[in-house]
Amino acid sequence: MSPADLSPPDWRLDRNGTLAVLRLSGDWIACETGVRTADEARRILEDASATTVRLDASNLGRWDSALIAFVKMLRELSGEARAQAVQIDDAGLPEAARRLLALAVESGTAGTDEAMLHPSLATRVGEKYFDAWAQAVEVAALVGDTALRCAAAFARRTHTRAIDVFQIVCDAGAGALGIVAIVNGLIGAIMAFVGAVQLQRFGAGIYVANLVGIAVVREMAAIGTAIVMAGRTGGAYAAHLATMQGNEEVDALQVLGIRIFDFLVLPRIAALVTMMPLLYLYGCAVGLFGGFIVSLATLDLTPALFLEQLQGAVALKQFEIGLAKSVVFGALVALAGCHIGLKAGRSAADVGRAATAAVVAGIVGIIALDAVFAVCTNALGI
Amino acid sequence: MAQHRNPDWPLHVRNLTVSFGTRVIQHDLSFSIRRGSIFAIMGGSGCGKSTLLKAMVGLLRPASGTVMVDGEDYWAAGGARRAEIGRRFGVLFQSGALWSSMTVAQNVALPLQMFTKLSADAIAVLVALKLSFVGLAAAADKMPSELSGGMRKRAGLARALALDPGILFFDEPSAGLDPVTSQRLDELILEVSNGFGVTVVIVSHELPSLFAICDDGVFLDAEVKTAIAHGSPRALRDNCDIPAVRAFMDRGQLERMPAKEDNHGR
Repeated sequence: MSPADLSPPDWRLDRNGTLAVLRLSGDWIACETGVRTADEARRILEDASATTVRLDASNLGRWDSALIAFVKMLRELSGEARAQAVQIDDAGLPEAARRLLALAVESGTAGTDEAMLHPSLATRVGEKYFDAWAQAVEVAALVGDTALRCAAAFARRTHTRAIDVFQIVCDAGAGALGIVAIVNGLIGAIMAFVGAVQLQRFGAGIYVANLVGIAVVREMAAIGTAIVMAGRTGGAYAAHLATMQGNEEVDALQVLGIRIFDFLVLPRIAALVTMMPLLYLYGCAVGLFGGFIVSLATLDLTPALFLEQLQGAVALKQFEIGLAKSVVFGALVALAGCHIGLKAGRSAADVGRAATAAVVAGIVGIIALDAVFAVCTNALGI
Repeated sequence: MAQHRNPDWPLHVRNLTVSFGTRVIQHDLSFSIRRGSIFAIMGGSGCGKSTLLKAMVGLLRPASGTVMVDGEDYWAAGGARRAEIGRRFGVLFQSGALWSSMTVAQNVALPLQMFTKLSADAIAVLVALKLSFVGLAAAADKMPSELSGGMRKRAGLARALALDPGILFFDEPSAGLDPVTSQRLDELILEVSNGFGVTVVIVSHELPSLFAICDDGVFLDAEVKTAIAHGSPRALRDNCDIPAVRAFMDRGQLERMPAKEDNHGR
């Protein structure tokens, strides 16, 4: 396919009164010799200044879409904004080219009635408002639905299968141990580092144990674990359910009369609500251990002293707050993932968007809920 | 196009064996495809038709044997050369396989943007032309998810035609389409093949469309795992005595009767 043995497309115009003959020559191969522009076609029509332009292909070399595109352009321009329409006589073209032209013209005009509508600013603002309202209603309905179906699940009146729950629990729980350990261990270690440097200045190095203990148990282990799970599991739920939606798997469940909520959403909520507190406790242990190691390494402390200080600082109440948070975060991550996944469109791009939206909603939701927790515990004095 | 440049047989398959691991799907396939013909790869479900197609378009390396494209050994060529040869192919996948994050026009434009030096205007002209061939000029700015199954296939065909390929491959073109839409697609394949002189390879078990448009073919059998008959679907229907082929075609004969009248009526 070397362009060397191709000659560039060319034409000559022979005028003869009202008839002009356009003699085409050269090779008209789109990918090699290019496509003629509308300007060139317009110029030919102007030069011709005739009522009929006859195409002559006796010297034409090889051709493909480039030729069809050119003749189609001539035709379209010939009828456009001219006192007298120009006739394009294509009888001289190869039979195959004329058939393709006919195909392009005949099917090209079909169904052109669907014009794109550009909505006004007011319409767009209004639509956004209604979208936002509908979304708020949907989320409220979802939370209510969850509560009702959970109650039904306890009464064993749902389509949830134990095997599904077990599988999802394994994925969400045991599968996350590694990453939860890394994140929490490092958070604990960083806390100890930063705390040790500051507190040592006041000769209060021993209080690193208080700092690490309270920060990890009350806040960081719960938030860190939840964020890891939002990225790891929430995104996966959204992508999984969105793909099921795209493959019509969700429709197949619905046709069988299986409640989507019971079959797909409830097991995931159950899995995260049970696993998140366990992961939280595990994260606490690893986080405190990280802080412990760093404290011993940077400060003049004995292990026994650190542990005693830690025990005095972290009351059982702190664990209760952390556990409560982790349950709520678990439900939030699962709900956001499932809800966004089930609402997603059916294309590959929609799956990606759903996964992104689920992770973003999960992380933002976790931080926002944590703020709510902070205000509430403060007001309650715990 | 370009009939004079190459021999009249652009595609040869020689002793081709395709397998998944140790599981042989089809073995010792040999056939040649004439330029400009519409070639059918026939056979029952699960006999390996689509797998053979994958080996021909470069998606699955055959266990042994060769595919010769314009006299060049496709699988013996290096990666870059193979990609170059592959650009002479246009492939229409079973469900269109449009890239879902791009509009229909962008789908058709992508091969042109990647592999030609054409200007944006020229590409726009070609995209509009290709879409008008398949009757989708009005749907250029739609996303694939907004199209019906038939429209998606036609958009896929427009994309397959983007680089003016010499050989077009169709994987089950009529699967999932109603008879009327399927017939329109058949006519479109015929028009495009005649117009551009493109060689067409169709994998299908839809007998009405095989009879209507194919002029050559090969029949694969799932039991013996190789080709058991060669010839056009019509010829096989009329004069083939192999029981497996008979069983396949006779079912088609029943479906064929009413369709015949339609053809006269046209």
